[in-house]
Amino acid sequence: MSVLQKPATVRTRGRVGRGVGGFARKWLLFVVLVLLWELVTRLTVSVFFPPPSEIAVAAAKLWFSGPASQLFLGDAVFDHILPSLGRVLGGWLLSVVVGVALGTALGRSRTGMDYVGPLFAFFRAIPPPALVPVFIVLFHIGPGMQVATIIFGSLWPALLNTVDGVRSVDKVKVETARAFRTPRRYWIGLVVLPAALPKIFAGLRLSLSISLILMAISELVGALNGIGYALLAAQQAYDYDQMWAWVVLLGILGYGFNAALLAIERRVLGWQPGRN
Amino acid sequence: MSTMLEVSGLSHRYGTGDAAHVAVRDLSFEVAAGQLACIVGPSGCGKSTLLRAIAGLLPPTAGTVSLHGDRVTGVPDDLAVVFQDYSRSLFPWLSVGKNVEFPLRWSKLDKATRRTRAREALSAVGLSGVEGKLPWQLSGGMQQRVSIARALASRPALLLMDEPFASVDAQTRFDLEDLLRRVQTEQGTTVLLVTHDIDESVYLGDRVLVLSKSPAHIVADLPVGLPAQRDQITTRESSQFVSLRSEVARLLHGPAATAAADAAEWAAAEQADSTVSKVENAQN
Repeated sequence: MSVLQKPATVRTRGRVGRGVGGFARKWLLFVVLVLLWELVTRLTVSVFFPPPSEIAVAAAKLWFSGPASQLFLGDAVFDHILPSLGRVLGGWLLSVVVGVALGTALGRSRTGMDYVGPLFAFFRAIPPPALVPVFIVLFHIGPGMQVATIIFGSLWPALLNTVDGVRSVDKVKVETARAFRTPRRYWIGLVVLPAALPKIFAGLRLSLSISLILMAISELVGALNGIGYALLAAQQAYDYDQMWAWVVLLGILGYGFNAALLAIERRVLGWQPGRN
Repeated sequence: MSTMLEVSGLSHRYGTGDAAHVAVRDLSFEVAAGQLACIVGPSGCGKSTLLRAIAGLLPPTAGTVSLHGDRVTGVPDDLAVVFQDYSRSLFPWLSVGKNVEFPLRWSKLDKATRRTRAREALSAVGLSGVEGKLPWQLSGGMQQRVSIARALASRPALLLMDEPFASVDAQTRFDLEDLLRRVQTEQGTTVLLVTHDIDESVYLGDRVLVLSKSPAHIVADLPVGLPAQRDQITTRESSQFVSLRSEVARLLHGPAATAAADAAEWAAAEQADSTVSKVENAQN
């Protein structure tokens, strides 16, 4: 038994060692740069560039200083972070639902894209931030304007990638499905959408990062609350620790969203050869 | 024996006018229920066009196809097709079991029955216990067996096979040929198999239909008198097999076939010439 167990412990240690090694490879440069940043900002004292440790303290005070009844979350979480998260995820989800549904219909229709293709190309070419003033006029300052901006920017990647994806079903699969008299519902659900999923996911990742960018921009330009609003307010109040804290939060959110979507993608597209 | 498939006067032309290409010309034949008929013809002779017209995937420009007496207009209910390209025909996002269940999804069968049927079909092709695997995790020959199982799971009255063993290695090919004959006998399925391989058509078929070069028409309809139980070694060395395969080969490549093809080519060339001169006359 002991002979059998020994390699097992060695293997476990090896795996842990590899895990630590992989973690170090991924984050070593990051940690070194943060330490360097700390060092430089401590040596060259500047109000505009506080050391990361002070930013962390400001962030902790801002977000984790609430009473127990609020799970120790600060008011800023409820006033700014949650509304912003709601806008990003709400706007993005609406774009995804509309984009995938419309993209599937248009992609599978023979002439659909001929009618709307040039229109889409034109709309997609307009930088969405340029429409913020237009949406302010239409929806006034508030969440409606922000969600509209987010949808206008994040719809196109989801929609156009879906169109591209549902067109990529190869001929043999089309004929196989036809030879089995596959009803429409099953044809879309079991053949067209799975075949399109790799492209759809590429579109979803792009549109999620665009959603985050447009959330920040639209809140900087005109909002009553939100991360972008709080960031600008901190800057205008000369509270640069807080300003940086919000910037860091945006980075963390972007990283987290992408990681979460990648994890979902790995699960959903697990059937692809060469994955895992 | 009753007639399962009846093809009469079938022609198909791609395109119209001068650019038209006649792929199949005036084909007529019948396949009896429970028979395994092979269609053999040179590459590019219009075999696939014929098969797709029979499957109802392609409406022919002339002629009719009837399956157990019913005229085929769309894809008929009790028909299944096995394509040459198994890796593209199987759905890579569905497990092997789900692939085999695929044609049963919209039937009235409940989930448990569907699963049992899929398992039965897989064990009929000698693939038990791979339901949970993904298609790409199996070898090429096993993948083609999965697509045969999928076709059998729907219990088709007619099984159409388009060069089903052309993409597997020779050894696997022998195994699959024997497997097809065994399953076909066990289940009494009517099979129409298209191939360009003369030996395969003789070895597999109860009957061999020999097609000419494009436009395809039937040059011979040969019954195969070999015993029902066939063997890759003894059957292939039997004098009956050898003489039959020579006969098919002569029909496909012999002087008669070449002469007929030449005549067709001459006729086509003359037609083209006359069109050209007509155009020239018109220009003058």
